[in-house]
Amino acid sequence: MSRNGPLALVFHALVVVFALAPIVIVCVVAFTSHGYLSLPTEGPSLRWFYAIGDRPEFLRSVLDSLWLAAAASTLAVALAVPAALAIGRERFPGRGALLSLFQSPLMIPHLVLGIALLRFFTETGLGLSRWTLLAGHLVVVFPFALRLVLTASAGIDRTMENAAASLGASRWVVFRRVTLPLIMAGVVSGWILSFIQSFDEVTMSVFISTPETTTLPVRLFLYIQDNIDPLVASVSAALIFATVIAMVILDRLFGMERLLVGPGRG
Amino acid sequence: MSAAAPNVAAPSVAGPSGGRLRPYALNAPALAVVGTLIVVPLVMTLVLSLHSFGTYTGVTDDVSLANYVEIVGDPYFHEIFLRTLRISALVTLIAAAIGAPEAYILHRMARPWRGIFLLVMLGPLLISVVARTLGWALLLGSTGVVNQGLMALGLISAPLRLMHSETGVVIALVHVLMPFMIVAVWASLARLDPQVENAAASLGAGPFTVVRRVVLPQIAPGVLSGSIIVFALAASAFATPAIIGGRRLKVAATLAYDEFLSTMNWPLGAAIAVLLLLANIVIIVGCNRIVERRYAEVFR
Repeated sequence: MSRNGPLALVFHALVVVFALAPIVIVCVVAFTSHGYLSLPTEGPSLRWFYAIGDRPEFLRSVLDSLWLAAAASTLAVALAVPAALAIGRERFPGRGALLSLFQSPLMIPHLVLGIALLRFFTETGLGLSRWTLLAGHLVVVFPFALRLVLTASAGIDRTMENAAASLGASRWVVFRRVTLPLIMAGVVSGWILSFIQSFDEVTMSVFISTPETTTLPVRLFLYIQDNIDPLVASVSAALIFATVIAMVILDRLFGMERLLVGPGRG
Repeated sequence: MSAAAPNVAAPSVAGPSGGRLRPYALNAPALAVVGTLIVVPLVMTLVLSLHSFGTYTGVTDDVSLANYVEIVGDPYFHEIFLRTLRISALVTLIAAAIGAPEAYILHRMARPWRGIFLLVMLGPLLISVVARTLGWALLLGSTGVVNQGLMALGLISAPLRLMHSETGVVIALVHVLMPFMIVAVWASLARLDPQVENAAASLGAGPFTVVRRVVLPQIAPGVLSGSIIVFALAASAFATPAIIGGRRLKVAATLAYDEFLSTMNWPLGAAIAVLLLLANIVIIVGCNRIVERRYAEVFR
């Protein structure tokens, strides 16, 4: 196997710098001791991390985002498991159409989804609440949950289920004791990928957030639109640290490549 | 999840290995939720885009193509749509020019490095777009690192205006969307047989000839499908152009946002959204057809 030449490695180094530069700069600026945006020239300071504590709306948004992401990904997986078991293992009329519909949120720009859902919720009299925001997030993350469960369920050996059924297990017992453990890796990684997608979603949420329920990315986005100060840098840095920790855990558990590259769209 | 009611009433339909209705019963919950929350809202948006809006009357119930006529006829909208197109095309070209070679370099790396750098390249996908764009706002500002570095090197005498400029939006969008290109090219590299490269080299081809004549034709479908994804996502990107471009440098997505939440002209905003959606579907479906037809033998 041939190695990369020096030219290729220089190119690679430049791309790595490009990829990491904006993320590193946020984390560096967050440690500034000055009252304005600047590099921490007088040594690192936690001043702006403590400042987050004085802004209860940011902490509330963190809780809102966590709750929303957990609820949306749990519901998405609950809907995806039966759908994936049918689509992944059976041939029936309308199967292709169902799969296209279920994957369509990937093709619809989130901006369009936001506008459409805002119109839908106001026109039907439902109004905007944390429950309608949850419904929006469910639609956005469902394709990701479905994709990973689908991959897992396609590889199941049916003879095991048949064996369990022939030994007298009821359909529910077969599902719980045989099928579910077989697709568990797909269910868990589908849940995690959905959680991350929901937690990071901003474009659709901007339209259907309410002052009572504003997710962290939306709160950051609205804040940045008005002014950029070290506070948003420290909040973003905290968000980046949390994501990196989650990433390392994910990589250990499943392998990042399988989760991100996987089959279909990345 | 067991099948619905027919389970007991009609055992012949829902036997132990599943009957004809079982797949539909299993899909029913997801279909109800996704169908209601995708199809109905989109149809309502389409209808909304046909209504008109007055400052005093609000949204009225008449039906016409007036909003679309306004968008097509007004040079103000032309400028914004052309800018969106220009930015998306540039972002796609640059993402392909950087992402495809980078994916190839990653592919040729030895074991621990390959995984580490793949994580470095794809990891940003999981970091909030707002946080990543904030990083570019810090780098590109008039007193930002990029301008100060260029001035310290003596390359420029006054800071470049990168914030609120198309250049800035393109740079930040390339960063946000490049991982999608790498993923797409990576998938096609996985099918590459290294022996073919070795065969070309042993027959006397130089490294550049191997890349141009052997590698590039094989990863072309990956580059193309990556380009489709990047272009579609760039054309409808919202948060990045809103933060880097600001309120003055509008693109189609930020225009629709302003019409909806500032001007409150919902019908016009809905018409822009419908056009964005149509453009997206035409690009994705149309280009995928072309890619599949042209490279049918590669996908087999």
